[in-house]
Amino acid sequence: MTSQTHAMLDEASAVLLTPGGLDLAALDDGLGHAMGPGIDYADLYFQRSWHEGWVLEDGEVKEASYNIDGGVGVRALAGEKTGFAYSNQITADALAETGRTAAGIVRRGERRAVAPGVAMASQARYAGVDPLTGLSAEDKIAMLKLADRVARAADPSVAQVSASLTGVHEVVLVRASDGTLAADIRPLVRFNVSVIAVRNGRRERGSAGGGGRYAMARLRDENVAERYAREAVRQALVNLEAVEAPAGQMPVVLGPGWPGILLHEAVGHGLEGDFNRKGSSAFAGRIGERVASPGVTVVDDATLADRRGSLSVDDEGTPGQSTTLIEDGILTGYMQDKLNARLMGMAPTGNARRESFAHLPMPRMTNTYMRAGSDDPADILKSVKRGLYAVSFGGGQVDITSGKFVFSASEAYLIEDGRITAPVKGATLIGNGPEAMGRVSMIGHDMELDTGIGVCGKEGQGVPVGVGQPTLKLDELTVGGTAS
Amino acid sequence: MTQAFDAAAQQTLLESRARMALELARRLGADACEVGASVDQGVGVSVREGEVETVELSRDQGIAVTVYVGQRKGSASSSDAGEASVRAVVEKALAIARHTGEDPASGLADARLMATELPDLDVHHPWPLTIDEATDLALRCESAGRGMAGIRSSDGASLSSGEGVRVYANSHGFLGSQCGSRHSLSCMLIAEDENGMQRDYDYTSARAPRDLAEAEAVGESAARRTLRRLGARRPATGRMPVLFDPTLAAGLVGHLMGALAGGALYRQASFLCDRLDTPLFPEWFSLGERPMEVGAMASSPFDGDGVQTRDNVFVRDGRLASYMLSAYSARRLGLQTTGNAGGARNLRITAPLQGREALLARMGRGVLVTELMGQGVNGVTGDYSRGAAGFWVEDGEIRHPVEEFTIAGNLETMFQGLVGVGDDTDTRGSIHTGSWLVDEMMVGGS
Repeated sequence: MTSQTHAMLDEASAVLLTPGGLDLAALDDGLGHAMGPGIDYADLYFQRSWHEGWVLEDGEVKEASYNIDGGVGVRALAGEKTGFAYSNQITADALAETGRTAAGIVRRGERRAVAPGVAMASQARYAGVDPLTGLSAEDKIAMLKLADRVARAADPSVAQVSASLTGVHEVVLVRASDGTLAADIRPLVRFNVSVIAVRNGRRERGSAGGGGRYAMARLRDENVAERYAREAVRQALVNLEAVEAPAGQMPVVLGPGWPGILLHEAVGHGLEGDFNRKGSSAFAGRIGERVASPGVTVVDDATLADRRGSLSVDDEGTPGQSTTLIEDGILTGYMQDKLNARLMGMAPTGNARRESFAHLPMPRMTNTYMRAGSDDPADILKSVKRGLYAVSFGGGQVDITSGKFVFSASEAYLIEDGRITAPVKGATLIGNGPEAMGRVSMIGHDMELDTGIGVCGKEGQGVPVGVGQPTLKLDELTVGGTAS
Repeated sequence: MTQAFDAAAQQTLLESRARMALELARRLGADACEVGASVDQGVGVSVREGEVETVELSRDQGIAVTVYVGQRKGSASSSDAGEASVRAVVEKALAIARHTGEDPASGLADARLMATELPDLDVHHPWPLTIDEATDLALRCESAGRGMAGIRSSDGASLSSGEGVRVYANSHGFLGSQCGSRHSLSCMLIAEDENGMQRDYDYTSARAPRDLAEAEAVGESAARRTLRRLGARRPATGRMPVLFDPTLAAGLVGHLMGALAGGALYRQASFLCDRLDTPLFPEWFSLGERPMEVGAMASSPFDGDGVQTRDNVFVRDGRLASYMLSAYSARRLGLQTTGNAGGARNLRITAPLQGREALLARMGRGVLVTELMGQGVNGVTGDYSRGAAGFWVEDGEIRHPVEEFTIAGNLETMFQGLVGVGDDTDTRGSIHTGSWLVDEMMVGGS
């Protein structure tokens, strides 16, 4: 065990346990309540988070908010059954009450012992800092005002600018009956700019943003206020010129970076362990089979330094890792939490995530991306006679059972005779995950990760994620525009 | 429920915490203050393939404080409404108000607009349900669905039951509180044929347990909805009429209300800026809200500013009659609040309603859409493009299921092109509407 792991546990313990009169040793008793008759695994998840948000509108920071959240979630597992209760009090009484409630899922059977806690050695994927400190309130306001000035100066059509700076300082501690003991301090910051441009009575929006697991000061040092302000204006101006999008089937070229949301929707969700254990995913039972074109390699990687989706340890205390999901087109693995891994006879992959202590963990993505290929992005565009080039998306959704996915382009262009021509508006792409992955015909050498803006929703729980990909050509996808 | 929940005691406690926060804010130098506090407790049981899968007991509370110092504002909140948290939250809100900029529009709503009529709207119907009883209902629901020929497996049935208290108070001396409950039962099933798997679901949701549909009926309906999707093809690309199922039509009303919201209007982020008093729908169509409707999903006598709610008409005889404003957004627009801080409550449509058969006959050839996917709705421009699944209609009759296509248009054109509203009103949510037939949209398929 490293001294760093120790320091993290001490800090988490001081923040989470000490105020309620608890310590690490007391958790064995706490866990004992949840390990009732017939329970084969139980865990305690302690969390405290501080969220800060500053919002600029009309050139002025008129609104700022601060939120403190925290408590303990207690889970008891028996076979495929899960009992769950939580409390916003972290005290011995609360552990006893929630533990007994969670254990009530079964009422008879063997009573198992709680294994002694052993601190998990894990490598830190980001610094365990409080991201909210280090910049004064004046500094934070100055960043937002800079974004406003830059955006308004960029073009006379800019009518509205809003900018926000948010940060979360989160401390978590996991103690499980299998001996797991792990702590993590997770910073998460984000800067966002959104503009409305108006010209000749037409109104369009543009937005840009990003962040990651580091201190707010880095956002200032990297001058994101200016960068995202310019990018948001650029996108709004492009959209002011946009014509109606075509409708029907055509080749689609996806730009690098954020369009990786296609992978997230088309492939990622379908490879989460729970859906595959239940057989409800279009990818269920297909390990070892070809599910994508040769050359397509997709990984889920929690270990990338400082990334929005990265995790030093997941919400069950398993160290974050890099899992190859598809290798050269062949399905090689699923993303697992402990429950689904155990029931499928596989190993956990560090993908157990939960929105908070008040939610149950599930297998979720971290940073999901496609590795670079060898094609020149310019050649990829040249190869298309008539198609769509999509470089930014608003969001997507998937039906993991039928495999159907949808996502909406927020910046896209027509490709005519190998050249990018008019920008188009309102293009929705729809396809079938396994089919679409089989239609990938060219893969660029320009792999990029997104700037750090993704939030993934599953069963009502939101968690921060990253996506990425190189420029990609799909030979055929349905584009849902309004033009005949 | 296995956890005791004394709503009256919780209400008293939260009211006292809210008063404490107001008093503390005043003493620490706030010129005005408002407090929202809530506590909710519930149970959720899900079953799958005849076995219990999860039992969740939830109890959430929170307190949020906004203080005003002159025209400056600060907000803070906590998931703990204990006395120490209340103090910390008030202090933090005041600290923030030292840094924020002056906003001439900020502040509480006018004192004379505070709600004085605070009737009991009969929205609190707790369900003294044991875990075993909840499990039994979910199992009966799932079993009825799984028993239908052609269903391959179940993705689970869930029962959830919850109740809670919310309090809003401000330094005008207004204090409003309301206890409420909500119960629901849902089921999702999977069917399979040679083309792959399909899933669909159905649910029932109500304030009072007695208003829920029968568990078996929900399961059977989920099965029928799943089975009818098998054999889906892709429709041809082209312009044609689109019939939206009631739940999806309610979504269109949601987009309309989003564009009528003051926050979108003063940010110029709405396609309905400066459209008051202009025609938006056909003349036979009106839309309004009934916030004081007894027992309804979104009933409340006061809004999020403490203002008395009222029966607003948003669309009258096809014309845009009112925006949806809070005190703040109204000041930004130079208008009066419409008592809509927190949104519209119990939206109802007034229109000549038609049977499904009549709407299909009217449509002739087109698509009946029963599911929409993705977020392709742009509230700034009204541009609309979403993934869809449903049924192909030819000669006014449903012919076969269709999937993997998009429907695209612009909300303004779609509203103007509304041809008819169905009598198949869905009353489960706070927006009640039947199907909507839109004259023409672009369908992107094969």
